[in-house]
Amino acid sequence: MPVIQKKHPMPTQEPAVRARNFQEVALGYTKEIALSEAARCLNCRNQPCVQGCPVNINIPAFIGLVKQGDFEGAYRVISQASSLPAVCGRVCPQETQCESKCTLGVRFEPVGIGRLERFVADWHNENAADTVEKPAQNGHRVAVVGSGPSGLTCAGDLAKKGYQVTVYEALHTAGGVLVYGIPEFRLPKAIVAREVETLKALGVQIETNVIIGKTLTVDELLEDGFEAVFIGSGAGLPNFMGIPGEALKGVYSANEFLTRSNLMKAYLPDPQTPIMKGGSVAVVGGGNVAMDAARTALRLGAKKVYIVYRRSMEELPARREEVEHAEKEGIEFRLLCNPLEILGYQNPENPRDERNGFVTGMRCIRMELGEPDASGRRRPVPIEGSEFMLDVDTVIMAIGTSPNPLIKSTTEGLEVNRRGGIIVDEAGLTSRRGVYAGGDAVTGAATVISAMGAGKVAARAIDEALRGA
Amino acid sequence: MNRILRKERLNSSVTLMEVDAPLVARKAEPGQFIILRADEDGERIPLTVADFDREKGSVTIIFQIVGGTTKRLDMLNEGDYIRDFAGPLGRATHTEGLKKVAVVGGGVGCAIAYPVTKKLFEQGAEVHAIAGFRSHDLVILENEFAAHSTRFLRMSDDGSWGEKGLVTDALRGLIEAGERYDEVITIGPLPMMKFVCLLTKEYGIKTIASMNPIMIDGTGMCGGCRLTVGGETKFACVDGPEFDGHLIDFDEAASRGRMYAGFERHAYEEACRLLNAKEASEPCL
Repeated sequence: MPVIQKKHPMPTQEPAVRARNFQEVALGYTKEIALSEAARCLNCRNQPCVQGCPVNINIPAFIGLVKQGDFEGAYRVISQASSLPAVCGRVCPQETQCESKCTLGVRFEPVGIGRLERFVADWHNENAADTVEKPAQNGHRVAVVGSGPSGLTCAGDLAKKGYQVTVYEALHTAGGVLVYGIPEFRLPKAIVAREVETLKALGVQIETNVIIGKTLTVDELLEDGFEAVFIGSGAGLPNFMGIPGEALKGVYSANEFLTRSNLMKAYLPDPQTPIMKGGSVAVVGGGNVAMDAARTALRLGAKKVYIVYRRSMEELPARREEVEHAEKEGIEFRLLCNPLEILGYQNPENPRDERNGFVTGMRCIRMELGEPDASGRRRPVPIEGSEFMLDVDTVIMAIGTSPNPLIKSTTEGLEVNRRGGIIVDEAGLTSRRGVYAGGDAVTGAATVISAMGAGKVAARAIDEALRGA
Repeated sequence: MNRILRKERLNSSVTLMEVDAPLVARKAEPGQFIILRADEDGERIPLTVADFDREKGSVTIIFQIVGGTTKRLDMLNEGDYIRDFAGPLGRATHTEGLKKVAVVGGGVGCAIAYPVTKKLFEQGAEVHAIAGFRSHDLVILENEFAAHSTRFLRMSDDGSWGEKGLVTDALRGLIEAGERYDEVITIGPLPMMKFVCLLTKEYGIKTIASMNPIMIDGTGMCGGCRLTVGGETKFACVDGPEFDGHLIDFDEAASRGRMYAGFERHAYEEACRLLNAKEASEPCL
């Protein structure tokens, strides 16, 4: 039988339909598609895909079981390495990780590993009763700060080894960026809630509404009898450009806009939390967060949504798949374009006019690519005299974050780098004994799976340190 | 879930709640705030800590009923639970080394001005408290201020309580009479704080203003509470909520505070309808 050269495409909602609802865009493989996709795996001997996975899932083994129709067996293989299979199958950038290493990919398209992972996880969630067995306790207590991808992974791995783990979450719902940041249409919140429930069944305790660095400090956790603390507090304060008009009404950080919509459910009819809906929206930035914000704005009823990015499509850091989705949904990309100023309404006759101070437009300038900068990417330079106006009512800044100061400022001896990221060694250990860290709190804004990888590494190190102790 | 231990109506639109929150009470200091959600699907709103009792493990909040969320919060009674209650957040008021201070509060802002007045008074500072209200029926915490200040000046817009006039009139009077303050602390409506700061700038007296912008997470994640202070973007949740009053862009803060004015009116009416359906007898404020 000849090899099918292309990945089976992911069934999705029609762009014109999905652009107006918050249901999941990608619908997932059917059993038939999954069997056929799994059959594309060559089961090659050196298994490069496993090395491409930050949590080293035994990919050929799980695909082999899918081929045989043993989906539950496949799920067990994945869950040995990953605490969040249904999440990773959806949001991992497989194209730059496992799938980029696939042997089949040398000549054809790689195996759709991510799509198969998602299929297996969804099959398990729909068909298998969860029979999580709480492991025997080993008597050691570990505290985890933050319930995002790194924290949940670290907690899950330690709980499976018998540790008594307590996760502290600052917000009212567990999940971190999976809940406040990534929108429903890309990652349904019911899936996150289910993964959290699985961890609870393993014995992990989750304390919401506790802000470490404020309600309790890292030192208090250690004094309270936790033998190790893992800090996975995530990225911090949003960056702004420092251009005039960023304080106008209608200018959001992507964090705020997404939090209002996702965590606070402002996308539902008659919400208690307000959000600006409709009109024209410009999202500044080119990462996955920018795509999420733009597509959320569209679904909230915007007539027109622009992505404004200062480099070209080639340098755009978002996942190709998300960019294609956004384009198909009608989001307009204004590439090689940089904002100079945001303009607001001001009625000269009436200082009490309710419209005063709301955004009316954004003045931008066209850019061209010059010499490569330190990051190796060609530096965008403004083209003199090319200013133009973009008529928008809402501007969303999605240009990254700076680390949150709360833990650093209350934990003596915790060293951070120039950018404020916590300094760790290769095992995730910080400058403080017994205190580990990982995820965006260390690296600055990165991916869900790299945070999970860091949580995993730290869990292993904590286990070695405490069992040796 | 945090239980409401005591609820008290301070005036027709201001309510006090003492809430069981041992972890917050253990750390709370004047100037800090908490974030709460009244109910499931509720909005997250920041409220400044009005008082705390470490032994009892309780935190007191005082809020004015201004929109949907505060209306819903006010529907809860003693024994009911507030869905989420997190804190203490923000930096505590700096009181160390202050020997003589004027604390200027206005309206419901007096709820926040009170704990710092008390703290300064208890650490032996000379505290001149100036409280201003529109009229007599809106006065809150009169006895508390009187008991925890060296001097207490009462001001009202219509003269129905204390002197007729603005808090700035009272403050100017004191300064002109030769009082010399290490610092002025002001908490109240933005226009009031703006004018207090303009006044003290004239006399070169260091002034701290407590800001209460719109917030979501309150922990340094969303950036919604940003303010311009001395030309720089600051976040009230982690950098504040108190800032050097001579550097705050009050007009910008006031404008940003009105971002959802239209939504709030609607939400308030909705909450009223909800309340009226529940207790048809009680008219909505």
